[in-house]
Amino acid sequence: MIQQKIREKAKELLSKKEVDLVIGFVKGTLPLRTTPRFIRNPEKTDRLIWNPFCENNLATYLHKFRQFKVGLVVKGCDARSITALFLEKRFKPNQLFLMGVPCQRMVDRRKVEKAVPGEILHAHEQEDLIIVEGDDFEKALKRDDFLYPSCQACTHRNPINVDVLLGDPVEEFPLTEIHPEVKEFEKKSPEERWNFFEKESGRCIRCYACREVCPMCYCAECFVDSSNPKWIERGLSPSDLQFYHMVRAYHQTGRCTGCGACERACPMEIRLTYLTQKLNQDVKELFAFEAGIDPDTPPPLSAFEIEDRQEFIK
Amino acid sequence: MKLRLDKKDLKSFLQSLIDQYDLYAPVQLTEGVSVYKKIDRPGEVSLTLLNPQKPLKEIFFPQSEVMFDFEKVGKRNQVTSTEEVKKERVILGARPCDIQAISILDEIFLGKDYTDVYFLQKRKLTTIIGFSCNHPLSTCFCSSTGGSPFFREGADLFFIDLEEAFLVELLTEKGMAFQKNRFFKEADPKDISLAKEIEEKASTKGDASVPIERIEKRLNLMMESPFWDRVHEKCMGCRICTYLCPTCHCFDIVDEALNNRGHRVRNWDSCLSSLYSQETSGHNPRPSGRERTRQRLMHKFNYFPKNFGRVACVGCGRCILYCPVNFDIRQAIELTSPKGIKKEKAEVN
Repeated sequence: MIQQKIREKAKELLSKKEVDLVIGFVKGTLPLRTTPRFIRNPEKTDRLIWNPFCENNLATYLHKFRQFKVGLVVKGCDARSITALFLEKRFKPNQLFLMGVPCQRMVDRRKVEKAVPGEILHAHEQEDLIIVEGDDFEKALKRDDFLYPSCQACTHRNPINVDVLLGDPVEEFPLTEIHPEVKEFEKKSPEERWNFFEKESGRCIRCYACREVCPMCYCAECFVDSSNPKWIERGLSPSDLQFYHMVRAYHQTGRCTGCGACERACPMEIRLTYLTQKLNQDVKELFAFEAGIDPDTPPPLSAFEIEDRQEFIK
Repeated sequence: MKLRLDKKDLKSFLQSLIDQYDLYAPVQLTEGVSVYKKIDRPGEVSLTLLNPQKPLKEIFFPQSEVMFDFEKVGKRNQVTSTEEVKKERVILGARPCDIQAISILDEIFLGKDYTDVYFLQKRKLTTIIGFSCNHPLSTCFCSSTGGSPFFREGADLFFIDLEEAFLVELLTEKGMAFQKNRFFKEADPKDISLAKEIEEKASTKGDASVPIERIEKRLNLMMESPFWDRVHEKCMGCRICTYLCPTCHCFDIVDEALNNRGHRVRNWDSCLSSLYSQETSGHNPRPSGRERTRQRLMHKFNYFPKNFGRVACVGCGRCILYCPVNFDIRQAIELTSPKGIKKEKAEVN
């Protein structure tokens, strides 16, 4: 069982002092949730769990622990984030010990909540079903129908460039088209696209959760926080919201691993990943590059080659 | 005074409010996401979610509010006050926790030391129609913070949902102005007893077990406790819990200007952002999540009680529901209590 293997490995790493701390998931306080936990005591590792509710990308925490040796539980997307961050020289060699877990795809808790008639009080996984219970209902939902969009389309469930793989590799195949949201978006007329973007970004409350949970967003000073020069105002005018969302997405070009953490974090349920997916798709088509796969090739927008394509210069 | 509003008359009642007032109520922006907004048509009102994501404070203390305009004309600086709210306003569908939170904001904006004209004007002109919480969520803990699912304080009128009708209570002078409303009928004794039954049932909910009593004293001793080294660790530092909190009231004032004209704007701010305490020199007295999380909890449960004799939390549960990493304020509160400390130790050993 994967959960048991995670506990054993974490205990071993801490007991042998190979790492200062382990970051993994423990039981959350809400159904359909788990919560990140920072464990330093080998005796506490039996709290670690693994299930389809381990939705957070734990790579983001590594920016806080640059002075420590960290053992980290990673899914396919989390591992890709770390590979991408290594290329940006965020970690020292041997600073991390990655416990890779082949991912069974994560459950979209909001989608589940919307499919039942009342508040969910208990939830658990039973083979390929998610059983949810409330005060006066019980429902068994097919797990594959309630996955995050990024997980449905995922073709990198097996974590790569990790120190140990806990569990048997899974077969790599997407459940939907690779970039379903991009397809949907591209079908729209320019006007419809704008309306969609305007409606989605219009709900933004500038809590910056999408930025804070993103492992790739680690600038010492984000452009929205800079006061000299001031790029953007602090209020809620539509143009400022649109500007924020556009630039946030652009800064991810060739760097986003499509983990979907930004969209999951948004309290206003703003659709965000269609933008980054489109950029990912463009980068793949133009440069045959996917972020966080190859540990030696820097992202195309961070590198210069004399043979770089330049048809766009007219 | 107790009256009755039949649900079949709700639409017409809402229309009458729209005709006479600026009506604010929860509106769904997309499935599962709603905010309080000005209503133009009765059909916009959505009462399916218990609480909209954004709290009621927004109607009195907007996230971004222009305070005045300024312009340099020749050699003179000209300041023009922005148009104040003049029309009477009605808020419909606010739950007891959100309403209680407004009385907490009163302490700040209409307290002994300051009167905030922007807040005051809106407050004076607003009538609040509160809604009972017949089915509080498992994340609700209003009964621990001095409220309850049927807490009426702060509401001018209070509606209790009886399925086919609302029992309407008129609680204040502003509420009594609705005494002769043509859609309100005399309440049947049956309505009153049914409402009482629903209230008794709901009052067992709204979790009363969160150990908030004496928290101020406990925190007095905890400023340098190792507790803070750990409790903040999973916080990613976004602003969800503070922006969606009905009592958080920090703001930042900025000038938005171009060439010779502009306006002064007040925006919500959040103690969880590093920018909040960043000084001009570059020094930051709250350099990490440890100090920032401490500030959030200390302000709610120590500084605020010291200044105003009550905690700055109404137990609405939004910070629990919407936190991306499941930081649970109930758990943090419990960990400061003797019982919580014991439990944490038991888990270690």
